[in-house]
Order: sequence, then C-alpha cells, then structure tokens
Amino acid sequence: MPILHAILASSSNGPASNLHRLLWLIAAWLLIGAAGMLRPRSLRYIAHLLFPLGALAALGVALTAGGFLVSLPASSPAAGQAAQTLILPLGLPDLPFHLRLDALSGFFLLLLGLAGVGISTFAAGYFRSGTGSAPGLLGLEYHLFLASMALVILADDAYLFMVAWETMALSSYFLVTSQHRIPEIRRAGFLYLLMAHVGAISILLCFGVMQGGSWQFTFQAMRSASLAPFWATVAFLLALAGFGAKAGLVPMHVWLPEAHPAAPSPVSAMMSGLMLKTAIYGVLRVSFDLLHVRFWQWGALTLALGLFSAIFGAIFAAVQTDMKRLLAYSSIENIGLIFTGIGLAILFDASGMPLFAALALTAALVHALNHAFFKSLLFLATGSVLHATRQRMLGKLGGLIRPMPWVAVLTLVGTLAIAGLPPLNGFVSEWLLLQAFLFTPQIPYPFLNMLIPAGAAALALILALAAYVMVKFYGVIFLGQPRESSLSQAHDANWLERLGLGWLALGCILIGVLPRLALWASGAVTDSLLGERVHRGSFPWTIAPIAPQQASYSGLIFLAGILGVVGVTFLMVRLLAHGRVRRTPAWDCGYPWQTSRMQDTAEGFGQPIRHMFGAFFHMERELPSPSDPAPQYHIHIEDRLWRTLYLPIARAVQWLAEKIGVLQGGRLAIYLLYSFLTLLVLLVFVL
Amino acid sequence: MSTISFIWQFGEVALAVAIAPLFSGWIAQCRAWMQNRSAPSLTLPYRELRKLFRKDAALATDASGLFRATPYILFGAMVLAAAIIPSLATDLPFARAADAIALIGLFATARVFLSLAAMDIGTAFGSMGARREMMIGFLAEPALLMVLFNAFLLYRTTALPSLVDGYAAHHQTIDPSVIFAAVAFVMVLLAENGRIPIDNPSTHLELTMIHEAMLLEYSARHLALVEWASSLKLFNYACIGFALFVPWGIATHGAMPGVGGAMVLLIAILSLGVKLGLCGALLALIESLSAKLRLFRAPEYLATAFLVALLGLLVHLLLGANAHG
Repeated sequence: MPILHAILASSSNGPASNLHRLLWLIAAWLLIGAAGMLRPRSLRYIAHLLFPLGALAALGVALTAGGFLVSLPASSPAAGQAAQTLILPLGLPDLPFHLRLDALSGFFLLLLGLAGVGISTFAAGYFRSGTGSAPGLLGLEYHLFLASMALVILADDAYLFMVAWETMALSSYFLVTSQHRIPEIRRAGFLYLLMAHVGAISILLCFGVMQGGSWQFTFQAMRSASLAPFWATVAFLLALAGFGAKAGLVPMHVWLPEAHPAAPSPVSAMMSGLMLKTAIYGVLRVSFDLLHVRFWQWGALTLALGLFSAIFGAIFAAVQTDMKRLLAYSSIENIGLIFTGIGLAILFDASGMPLFAALALTAALVHALNHAFFKSLLFLATGSVLHATRQRMLGKLGGLIRPMPWVAVLTLVGTLAIAGLPPLNGFVSEWLLLQAFLFTPQIPYPFLNMLIPAGAAALALILALAAYVMVKFYGVIFLGQPRESSLSQAHDANWLERLGLGWLALGCILIGVLPRLALWASGAVTDSLLGERVHRGSFPWTIAPIAPQQASYSGLIFLAGILGVVGVTFLMVRLLAHGRVRRTPAWDCGYPWQTSRMQDTAEGFGQPIRHMFGAFFHMERELPSPSDPAPQYHIHIEDRLWRTLYLPIARAVQWLAEKIGVLQGGRLAIYLLYSFLTLLVLLVFVL
Repeated sequence: MSTISFIWQFGEVALAVAIAPLFSGWIAQCRAWMQNRSAPSLTLPYRELRKLFRKDAALATDASGLFRATPYILFGAMVLAAAIIPSLATDLPFARAADAIALIGLFATARVFLSLAAMDIGTAFGSMGARREMMIGFLAEPALLMVLFNAFLLYRTTALPSLVDGYAAHHQTIDPSVIFAAVAFVMVLLAENGRIPIDNPSTHLELTMIHEAMLLEYSARHLALVEWASSLKLFNYACIGFALFVPWGIATHGAMPGVGGAMVLLIAILSLGVKLGLCGALLALIESLSAKLRLFRAPEYLATAFLVALLGLLVHLLLGANAHG
C-alpha cells in the first residue's frame, strides 16, 4: 500500500495536472476510435492493436483518478473543496466547456477506468468479423462511448453535460443495434433510444430549474443558487426521473432487459457496468452537490423506489430463461440497492446524522464500484459462452465447466460476488448497507423510524433472492449435463478474453479481501459531500464503519480462515485416511433411462418464485393434457407494468399524433394558410 | 490480544469440532426416547464418520472439481464460524473478523456451494434439492435479520462478543422483545438446519427431502465431511442462540490465566454442556410433536417466524418510545 500510495501521489503535481492528463486520455480514446476508420474492415488491426491501446488508456484514467483521490487531504474539513477546474475554449460563445475534477468525479472515473481495462481487454479478443457493423465502426462507437462517459463525469456545466450525455446515448444506441438486420434488435434499440431521450428531457428541465433565475448554466452558478424548497424538490424529482430512466429504476426500467441482451457482450458489460453508474453519478451530483438542501421526504421516496426496484429485479431475474435478460434484471436489482443506499443517505443527512449518512453513501458508492466489476465480468462471460455455443437460452446450455474451465472458474468468482457472499466484494457493500439500516430507528420522524427497519428485512430477502438467482445462472449454464449434444464441442475463451475476465475477477477478490481499498476511495467522496467518513477499524485488514465494538468485518481473515481449514482438513484426510477415488456412473434411482433433459430447466428453477410471487407477473401458460402424445409445455412471462403503464401511454401518444396529423392535409394551399396565420399571430405579438 | 486468548480460541474450535457430532447424536437419542423407540448409541455419529472415512470414494463420472472441493469448503466455513461464535469466551482473536450479519453471510456461502455441488452431477434430485434449499434460504434470512436487528436495538451492536458482554452488563432486566426474537430464532434454526417442520434429516423419501437430496451423490470421505459440517452448522446455530438469548456462563472479557481462569473455563464448559443438553432435548421435543409441512407451506412457516420477529421489534420500539416519551 505505501508504495502504491507514493507512486500515485508522485504522479500528481501542479494544480490541474490530473485533469489535464485525463483530458489527454479522453482525446486518446477519441483518436483510437478515429484511427479505426482508416482500415475499418481489418479485424486484426482493430482488435489486436486499437482495443488494447484503449485498455491502456482506461488504465491511465484509473491511475490518474486514483492519484487524484490519494492527493486529497484525508479527513480534513477542507478536503471537499479541493478540486481541479479547467475551461476549454469550445462550446457556445458565452458558455465555454467547463470541466471539474473533484472527489465525486474522481471516484466514478476510477470506477470507469478500472472496469474499462477489463472490458476493453476482453473486447480485443471478442469481436469477430461477420454480419453487422464493420469492426472499425464498432471501434469508433465503442471508444466514443467511453470518452463521452468520462466527459459526463468531468462536465462542470449543463451544456457540456448534456452534449456528453447525448453522445453517450447515441453511441451506445449504435452499439446496441450493431446487428441491425435483426428486427428484434432494431426494436430494442428504438425502445432504448426513446427512454434515453425521455430521461434526457427530464434532466434538461432539471438543469433549467436549478439555474434558479440566474440563467447561468455552469454548475458553479447552480451551487450558489438558493432555490425555494418547492423548486428544489421539483429539481430533485426531475433528476430522479431523468437519471432513474437511465439507471433502470422501476417503473422506467423496461428498456434495460431489451437493450442489454441485444447488444454485443462487451457493450452490454459497458452499459450495465459503467453507463448505469453515470446515472448514479448524476443523481449524487445533483442531490448532494448542486442542491444546497435535502429533505427527508426525498430520501424516503428514493429509498422506497430503490427497494421496490431491487425486489422487482430480483424476482424477475429468477424467472428468466435467457442468460443476458437474467443479468439485465439483476442489474435492475443492483441499481435498486444503490438507490436504497442513496435514499438512506439523504434521509440520515436530512435528519442531521452525517456519520450515518456517510455510512449509507459509502455503501451505495462501494456497491456501484462492485457492480461495475462483477456485472461486467458476468456479461463478458455470457459473451464467451455465446461464442462457444451460439446459445443464449439457458434451457439449451449446461455442463460447460468441463469444456470451458477458465471461463467457468472466473465466472464462479463473479457469481459468488454478485450473490453477496463473503469473502468477495458484493458482500462488503451489502454488509455496509445492512449496517446503515441498523441505525434507522434513530431517525427522528415517528412511524418512519418503525417502518424503515422492515426495509432491512426486505433487503435481506433481496440479497438471498440474488443468491438464488445466481445459483440458477451458474448451475444451469456451467454445471450438470450438457442439455444439447453440440455443447461438448464448446471451446474455452482465448487468452485476451481470459485476461479481461481475470482482471475483473481479481478486482472482485481484492475489494472483498481488502475492503479498505474501496472505503479509502469512497471516503474521499463522503468527506467532500457530507464532511464525514466512516471509521475504518484499527487493523488494515478489518473494516469497522462506526466502531469496532459495534460491528466489524474482515474479508482477509475469512479467506485465510476458510483456506487454512480447507488445507489442514485436506492434509488430515489424506494422512489419516486415504485419497482413493472410484469413478462410477451417477446414481439413477433405479430408473436407468435418464437423459440430460431431466435436469431442472431454467423454468423449473424459477418455479418456486412464480408460485410465491405470482402477483408480480403476467403469465400465459400452456399445459399439455395427460393424454397428449407430443406434450408441449410453454410459459410466457411478462411484466405487468408493460400492459398497465407503457401500452396505455403508447396508445395515448398514438391517439394524440393522429389528432395532430389532421393538420397535415397534404395540400399546398393549406400549408400556405398555416404560414399566413402564423405570420399574423406573430405580427399581433410584435405590435 | 494475548497468547491466552489464542489458547481460548483454538480450544473452543477444537471443542466445537469434537462435540458437534455428539450433539447430533444426543438429539437423535432424545428423539428416539420421546418416540418410544430404542435409542441409538450416543457415539453412533462418530462411528459413522469413521466408517465413511475408511471407504473408497465413489465419484460420478462427470463430477467436476467444484463437486470435490465443496465438502472441504463447507467444513472450512463451519469451522471458521465456530471460531467466530463466542461459545466459551468472548475475548477471541477471530471474533472481530465478523459480526452476526457477516456470520449469516458465511452460512449463505456454505449453502450456495452445497447447492452448486448438488447441481454439478446433473441428476434430477440434485437440482431439485438445490432449488428447495435456496428457497428455504431466502425465506429464512429476513426473519433471522430481524432477530439480529432486535439484538442490535437492545445492545447497540451486532458483534456477538459485544452482545454477550452487553447482556452480562445489564441482564437484570429482560426486554419482552427478546422472547419474540427467541421464538423466531428457534423457528429459523429448525428451517435452516433441515429439521422437522421443514425437512426431515432421517428421510430419503424422494419427493419430500431437501438437504438429503443434495447429498445423494456424495460418498465416503466427502459425505463424512458434509455430514460433519452439517452437525457443526447445527451446533453453531445453537451457540448463536445461546450468545443471543442465554449467554450465562460464557467467559466475558477479563477472563485471566491462573486458578481464576481455570474456574471460569470450568464454568464455561459446564454451562455450555448443560445448555446443549437442554437445547437438544427441546429440539427433539419440537420435532417429535410436529409434523413435516408440505413444501409450499414452508413460506407460511417462515413468514410466521418473520412476523414474530418483527412483532418483537415493534414491541421494543413502542415500549422504548413510551420510556423516552
């Protein structure tokens, strides 16, 4: 640690040097993307030269952001004000691009860079030539996507923010629709674009409210504007809706399970692991930095939405049969957990308990970081499986641990991490979130302090459901017997893919075993936003957020303890007993005609969930009759919100469009009449 | 953190590993008495373990490394849990590695590994058992968390040693919420350890079994380790219950070497023995008096446990509000 510290600290000298370096790295991404257009059809040039260069730039971003976080003075009141700013001579005449690097943006850039390294390395080995967009075009869109996400995080005025935000939405739209010849993918892309723009309008309006009559659109002006409580609440709600649409908060989640499976796997990984985090960044930026007040009602609303999204995502993930849709719903669940943490932080902050607010915010931030690691890892792994088997449906997979041992082992790390099991990273943030919940009875609002503890039970249910989902995911894909005979020819991932997966798996293990690394990064953020950071315990390998007597956790002791006992037990068994093994066929329960189709299917594994949470689903089921010679079982599960919320809205828009369509008569004389009337009206106004 | 605390630590772990099968044997014996059957010997579990360790392991042809590693991981997780739970003393070096919530996480790790191993061979029973086990798991965890929440409200800590110390500091008043929490905890304990209202440890009836369905493919030393881990899990749950609700006799901070230390040790071991004996008899009684529930009644059973725990929490909050107001 001290050596790492020294290297990182020495690389940050000069007032804005980190920001300068980050800008160069972003420019490098753009350049790499543009260089791909020189030879857009050459897969080797794009994949084996440009994507690894992009991964290097991502590493640079992570190191620079990490160096900046290290250089911040630790736990002093002035820490929050340390920021690097820069004004670029680009943009509108009276509104040049403002850039700012502070603890919050540093944290999210660190996240972007660290996960970006793994994804870009994997992508270098992933893309194959074939149908769809040319590799050069993909490379351009991919690096534009990365660069625009970095700019969203660095932007310090509404204009640059919106430009980068839209670039991000558009570049990812083109990435999603890279297989644009398939109609379902075009439809998924359209839905994504639509939701992205509904969200963007909401964010734009939010900035409009926050400028507070000064008509200055720099974030600095918004910080100093003092809004009336009503307008502050309006701004917060708009931000929640706008960023929530991007993050996939229920009920604005419908695009997520469509768009993520449609995209190529590295793009799904980037969208789920990184892009959703820019929305988290946006919510934090608006609610904790740009707005000067926070009310407990905001926190309660965010908390309720977050918990509901998390339950909703977990339940729907459990009944999915497409592996990427399953992961997409699991993203909704994890985003819900992050919003739960943010809601708690607002609630504690509004109640004047900054230390507990810092604890909840730490949980949210660390979970965002963790999610970037394990969800990217799992999406990339589905890419490897897809390449090896050409199957996305869980019902046609199985037993891949034998032909694909590398992917299976690395995916196991991600699976255990996302299931929230110690000693991996997912557990750390979930533990912190549960710890934060323990203090909710101290909130000084009656009823709220009794209602929210029940939220902790909901959280426990969500975490255990997530474990259920991940056992299903891993068990059906990698364990058991292959459900199709073609699966035994599946090949393992190539070395670049393994490297990318390995990087992300390493991150999952490292944060889990040494959670202080993550707490150190998030501590800078909570310092700057709330003026508090959680205590970290007296030993470098334990974390104790509030006090060591209250609760502490050490991933390292967990790992060492389990491994130590496993080693000792193994040796004892070998020494005192023996290691003889006899291979036999599996026990057939007296029924020798078993086939691999008799294993639990993905539908079968979801059956208890369908049974218990039936109210959430709209189910259409075809059951075969007992005398059917060729029985067919079919089940179709749909989101109730789709029918009750989205289709009515779509119909209303359609109806409105038809009414307005009357104006379009199609005859020149009518259009001339319109022009004339418009002129008349304008004249009335002018005169 | 002195040498003496390390000695306590290793003594405690060794004791837990050694007597966990005895505890299971005791429950089986009590059950047999209550059901008017002739009782198996107390040492039967040990003899079974010895027999299993001697046999050759029969592995299914397609068993992967995960399947073979899981028994060791399960055993490792349960031994680590035994090191964290203060069953004899609270001044343990390992106890700071995890609070009660992290301990639930450790049990969840073991459960997930066992479920994955059960799916590894690809027989219908294995995956059925895995699915059911995970289902019981996600139903039980909210109730268990509410129990811990209640303990936190009483003593402002979720670290088990601090809970025991806190109890020792003001054990003269028993909060009524503790009774609700204790009932909920016993219900969760039965469900999590595959005991009778939810699962039957002595059945191999295909359609009803949960835990045993996952073990069908294990044999010899692997099965021995899994069985040993299961009895350790039951022992650990019992010790968590003792630490939460009846922490009498556990050596609190300041247990020193010398004659006084020996006395404290003797009291701690004796009280643990008495508590285990009573607890085993109680479990056997519950199991003898109740019938196994249908699988889809399990949610109702665990929802009851959850509501009881929540009720305890509300009782505490309301009484606390009255006391303050």
